[in-house]
This record gives sequence, structure tokens and C-alpha cells, in this order.
Amino acid sequence: MLEVHDLSKSFGGLRAVKGVSFDVPAGSITALIGPNGAGKTTTFAMAAGFIPPDDGRVRFRDTDVTGWRPDRIAALGMVRTFQITQPFAGLSVMENIRVGAFLRTADRRDAEAAARDVGTRLGLGPLLDRPASALTVAGRKRLEVARALATAPALLLLDEVMAGLNPVEINEIVTLIRAVRDGGVTILLIEHVMQAVSALAEHVHVLAEGELIASGPPKAIAADARVIEAYLGRGAAERMARHA
Amino acid sequence: MKRWAIPAVVLLAVAPFASASQFLVNLALLTAFSALLGQSWNISGGFGGLTSFGHAAFFGLGAYAGAILQTRFGLNPWLALPVAVCLGAAAGAAIGWAAFRAGLRGSYFALVTLAVAEALRILANSLEITKGGLGILIPLRPGLANFQFLDRRAMYAVVLVLLGAAIGVTAWLARSRFGARLIAVRENEDAAAALGVNLVRTKVAALALSGAIAAPAGVVYAQSYLYVDPSIAFGVERSVEMLLVAMIGGAGTIWGPVLGAVVLHAIDDTTRVFINTPGFAPMLYGGVLLAIIAFLPNGIAGLRARFARA
Repeated sequence: MLEVHDLSKSFGGLRAVKGVSFDVPAGSITALIGPNGAGKTTTFAMAAGFIPPDDGRVRFRDTDVTGWRPDRIAALGMVRTFQITQPFAGLSVMENIRVGAFLRTADRRDAEAAARDVGTRLGLGPLLDRPASALTVAGRKRLEVARALATAPALLLLDEVMAGLNPVEINEIVTLIRAVRDGGVTILLIEHVMQAVSALAEHVHVLAEGELIASGPPKAIAADARVIEAYLGRGAAERMARHA
Repeated sequence: MKRWAIPAVVLLAVAPFASASQFLVNLALLTAFSALLGQSWNISGGFGGLTSFGHAAFFGLGAYAGAILQTRFGLNPWLALPVAVCLGAAAGAAIGWAAFRAGLRGSYFALVTLAVAEALRILANSLEITKGGLGILIPLRPGLANFQFLDRRAMYAVVLVLLGAAIGVTAWLARSRFGARLIAVRENEDAAAALGVNLVRTKVAALALSGAIAAPAGVVYAQSYLYVDPSIAFGVERSVEMLLVAMIGGAGTIWGPVLGAVVLHAIDDTTRVFINTPGFAPMLYGGVLLAIIAFLPNGIAGLRARFARA
């Protein structure tokens, strides 16, 4: 579905992403994890066309989309959400979602029906006619997902949709993401909450300081010494082994 | 808008036709004219959030196009209307394309529009085809065929038709996909782009649409006063009036500019009775603008929402 090859990006002297390559198989839930500042969001932004990569290629649905504008990539079926939620604050929840639905239809009534349908599926039903600015953090995260889903994507890029949520809300959104995948949408998600990722993802790629340091199923990743060190610091794996 | 409001507005708009008072007709004409220009600004500035300080550029291009085409090339001034629509759209597209491709937003875009209008004013002042600072006089030849009327009510009717068309376009905008995308761009560009909205194309189209409405208003102005000069056409005062009318009434609403034009002219003409110093109008506009920003950021139309919440 998505193939990222040797992607690199520098900001001034800082090499934020260094030669990152990975695949997202069709129909999978794949996770990109790593500590803060590892380059996850930058990688995402490059894949979705928000930041042009310095080097490397992005292939989506067998098309080279490197350097494409975000709206063209969205039209091809890859849609991202934002870690810091970006609602259209002056609009209602339904109108927010409808902007996404307008990608697939020019008819206002069709778009509105699609928006209400997606909103209801994501549990925003009673809030559809409320202003988006009135939503809670959890509500805004759902709105991000709903808007993206309304574009009928093939691949959904979720940027830390669980950050800032309480355990109950995390459970709800995990269920929701599974349902979305079971509806036929491939998912690539960024998280730094390891626990949530283990419950959800089949493939995990770990970024640290801009480099891909490990890839595999969640269980293997959780036991990987390099990953533990990346999260907890040098020597942590050894200390944990000693205490175990 | 309430059900009784539209017939009320129509009645108010039609009332001056029954009046023999040239003062009243003139006031109605100026108000409708402001509403028309305000609606032009409202489409790009209100719905699209593309705050422009130089919308007079479109108005002035239309005014000069009308004047030059008939005095130099003998074109019928009625035909200048469609020419101005195309010219305004082209100018909007060109300015928009240059500014938005370069990623200019907010105050940078506002400064660019201000600069464009000023550049056009200076150009009109120095070019031979515009007769420089002297301006262009359109010979008096009253008659329907010449788009010149001795009775002001006829010109008022023309302005009302154009205003009706502009309101119709805005009402369509508020219900269409293009309008929904334009508002999304105003609210959050990154989110709009992520949802498949082509930012540059949407903003360029909005500015072109806006220009296509302001430029024919320039032709109407030239036919009303039979005179165009650089400051009348491209003066800052005109640009400020356009944005003020939209902001007073409620930017990004269908009826905001009409409401704003009525209120602004009510204030303007009442104070004019007491204070008649040249240069007072811009001062007044500045004061009104400050008051709107401070107390009514969503204009008069925003009041209703505020009361509904209270």
C-alpha cells in the first residue's frame, strides 16, 4: 500500500529523519513509534506531502507520490490527521466532517449525509450540530479521524490520536480504529504510548533520533534491547535484565 | 435570515422608486453601491479570510476600462460591463496566483493588495491612455443606449440588479462545495489541504470571483459621474470602505454587506450634516473600524448569535 524508501529530511543543521525505509501492507494496522523528537511526525508529513523530503521516495498505491501536494495525495486516498488537532473552529462538527466528504462528491446533500453517517459511526452523533470548538480533547481526536474517514481513504495516517486521552477513552478509540480497519481501510499510526500500540498494531517500526532502529511484531519490539535503550536511556536494557 | 426579512429588504430597496426626492434616491444609490462593493470584498475576505486592503484595484480597473473603451474605441458602455467582469476576474486570478503561489497569507497578502492598488493608482497618474492625473471625462450623451441617465432612479435600478446578482452568487457560495472549501481554507489551511482541498486554486478562484463583481461596479460608477481619475478609481478610501461595509454587517455572511452598507451610510450621512470637513470620512471610517474590531468582531450579523447564546 505504502512504501517509504530512504527518506531523509534536515532542518538547518538538525537531521530529523535519516534514510528511513518501511512498508505498510494493505489491510494492516502498522505503527510508527519512538520517543519524542524521533522524527515520526516529520516522516508522516513527508509521506502525506506536507513537507518535501530532501532525499528518498514515497510510493503509494504503486504510484510515486514524492513531492506531490497534500490535496493530490488525499485525492489518491492517503489522508493524515494532526497530532495537535486542527478543527475548523468556526464550523459545526457536521460541517467539519463534510469538508472531507466533499472530496468524493460535489453534491451538498450527499456530502452532508455521508458526514452524518461517518460522524455517527465515530460516536459524534449527538454532537453533529454543535460547534467544533465546543468539543473535548477526546471529541476533537474523534473529529480528526471522522474528517479523514469522510474522504473515503485507502490509507489513514493517524498522528497520536491517543495522546492526552484517559484509559477509558483510549479503549474506545482502539475499538474504533479496529472497526475502521475491518471496514477496509489500511492504517498507519504514530504513537509513543507503547501499550496501546501492542494491543493494536501487527507491524511496528521504531524510530529513534531520525533512524529506523527496529521493525517487527509488537512482542518482539517490546523485548528489543535497542528499543528499550532508545526509550529509557543507555544501559537500561542491561539493568532491566539484571533486575528480572 | 427570518422569513419576513427578505420582503422587508426588497420593500426598502424598491421604496426610493416611488420618491421624487433626488436626495433619497441618491442615498439609496450610494448605499446599494456600497453593498455591491462590500459583497465583492465579502466573497474573498469574508468567506475566504483573504483580507485585502486594495480591493479598489478591481473597482478602478473596471472604471477605467469602461471610460477608455468608450472614449477611445467607441465601445458601447453596456458592453463594458461584461468586459469588466472578465477583466476583474483576470486581475483577481493574476494577483491571487502571484500571491498565493508564493505562499503569502494574512497581513502579507493584505500588503500586497494595498501595493497593487497603489501601483495602479500611480500608473493611472502617469500613463497617457488614462490621461494621467487629469482623469477621463466621458461626454454627456444621456440615453438608455448610452448607459447614461438623467434620472438617478434608472442608475439605481442597474445597481440593484447587479447587487441582486452579487447576493445570488454569495447565496450559491454559501451552499456549494466551493464555498465549503473556501471557508475550510479560511478556518485552517493545513487541515483543508489534508482533506483534499487545493489551497491555491480555491483562493485564486475566490479572488477572481470577487474581482468579477467589483469591476463592473466601476463601470457603473463611471457612467454615473462621467468622470474617472486615479484617486477615485484606486484610492485607499474606496478599499477601506469595501472592507468596512463587509465587516460592519458581518464578514462571511450573505446579508452582512447589505446591512453594513445601510449602517455605514446612515452614520456617514448623519455626521455629514454636522461636520463637513474634507477628510472627515476616512477618520470616521477608521473610528468605526476600531469600534467594530473591539466590540463586534463578527459584525452586526454576529450579534444574533451572541444573543442566542446569552
